[in-house]
Amino acid sequence: MTSFFTYRFGLPFGWAWFLATLMDILLIALPVMLAVAMLIYADRKIWASMALRRGPNVVGPLGLLQSFADGLKVFLQETIVPAAANKALFLIAPIITFTVALIVWAVVPFDARAALADINVGLLYVLAASSLGVYGIILAGWASNSKYPFFSAIRAAAQMVSYEVAIGFVLISIVMWAGSFNLTTIVEAQKSVMGTPVNGFFLNPLLFPMAVVFFISSLAETQRAPFDLAEAESELVAGYQTEYSSMAFALYWLGEYANVILMCALNATLFWGGYLPPLDIPILYAVPGILWLFIKILLFFFVFSWVKATVPRYRYDQLMRLGWKIFLPLSLFWVFLVSGFLMLTRVGVPS
Amino acid sequence: MIQALAFYLFATIVIVSAALTITARNPVHAVLWLILAFFNAAGLMVLVGAEFIAMLLVIVYVGAVAVLFLFVVMMLNIDFAELRAGFVRYAALGAVLAIGLAAEIMVAFGAWSAGKIELARRAAPTPETVPNIEAIGMLLYTRYLFVFEGAGLVLLVAMIGAIVLTHRDRTGSRKQNIARQNARRPQDATRNTQPTVGGGIDL
Repeated sequence: MTSFFTYRFGLPFGWAWFLATLMDILLIALPVMLAVAMLIYADRKIWASMALRRGPNVVGPLGLLQSFADGLKVFLQETIVPAAANKALFLIAPIITFTVALIVWAVVPFDARAALADINVGLLYVLAASSLGVYGIILAGWASNSKYPFFSAIRAAAQMVSYEVAIGFVLISIVMWAGSFNLTTIVEAQKSVMGTPVNGFFLNPLLFPMAVVFFISSLAETQRAPFDLAEAESELVAGYQTEYSSMAFALYWLGEYANVILMCALNATLFWGGYLPPLDIPILYAVPGILWLFIKILLFFFVFSWVKATVPRYRYDQLMRLGWKIFLPLSLFWVFLVSGFLMLTRVGVPS
Repeated sequence: MIQALAFYLFATIVIVSAALTITARNPVHAVLWLILAFFNAAGLMVLVGAEFIAMLLVIVYVGAVAVLFLFVVMMLNIDFAELRAGFVRYAALGAVLAIGLAAEIMVAFGAWSAGKIELARRAAPTPETVPNIEAIGMLLYTRYLFVFEGAGLVLLVAMIGAIVLTHRDRTGSRKQNIARQNARRPQDATRNTQPTVGGGIDL
């Protein structure tokens, strides 16, 4: 797009690059917001069908405009900042959550050579950004100056930090197999795995357990059921969002769902072939890669809501046990296993 | 142009937030300013082309160390008035430290203005095409392998030490054995009986 601005409007390279990047950011951020609105609707419909209810069906045809109506309602409400709250931090916290959920999209490849920032350290960038997500929650809990949000913030922070460790090790085994931190290279490395015409690391028996661990960890990382202890309504009211109202609350809502879509995209990109078609057949490459990625994201989103609708909530000690005593040793062991296998097959053992 | 703008933006924010870290009255605010300083320092590193170190700075310092700081500061309810009370006592030591640091900065500036470091003339210059993750990895796992493993060992010992220091055996607690709970079947736990009238059952 940089060249478009340079040739069409005769701008110097710096300005053309700046404008092009700005356009690209909007091209990613606006559809993500729209997708969030539609996915909230989809989520509610899926739970409703699983509970034999109808779900939202009043606003617009089939209730399609429900999320927009909710958004408008929230927008018109008054923002109430508790008198005892730390005002600046109270308002900054939801903004952090929302921003962090959006910035990771910069490195997600939508097609071959179609990522906003195709950087060498793409996966590390993802880790860095997701480690920032904790701040939105801790700050909300502390700045609210209220007991339930504070408890919830501590729970959420401990949970996110714990599962990030497992996610880190899972990513390392992927990086070793693909030989790069760059997400586009990782996707390209998934072409016809093990000589079969299937695209995606999940087929690899050495990486499949890591795909499962990553999926469960991404449920925990996004605070979705069955790991939504930070917002366990029977014990903590609404968790760290208890004191929030109006737009600040909506920002949490949006950020949470943006994170969920992002985690679906990462699952799809890292293990299920990303923008590649599911089978390595030439005719399937005629379909644009972005469509394949969207289909995979939507499938993962369906599984996310399926889990939320059917699996009961974990107890907190069980959650910590799963993270530290099962996933951490398992993924650490798998790093050894994968690196050992690669030493044997690719590098060769020096005598 | 954009590089210069970005540099001055990051550099200004680093300096301002570092100053605010020291002057902030609320300890939580101080930690948050520190985090902002870390974050912008990472931005500066990206500008000089050290993207790997920049990402590690964010992951390790912002994502882990500063979260711990924040936890401690939030939970400990530090009384700042009491901390300030020792100001006169430590003023001399603080002044010595400040002078030492200022001298170091001056020496560094002097060395820098004496002549630029020519990166291309190092013993083993990094080729332009090698991403710096690979460059660091190649050095770390070949030339500095033993030093690197030594550092890993020190960290391992530190970790085990921390666990040993804080570990206490709790005898009274009844831990959940999930495998045993899952293996439990109704026939192990219940029994069908036909008690006679007035006979009751034997437990």
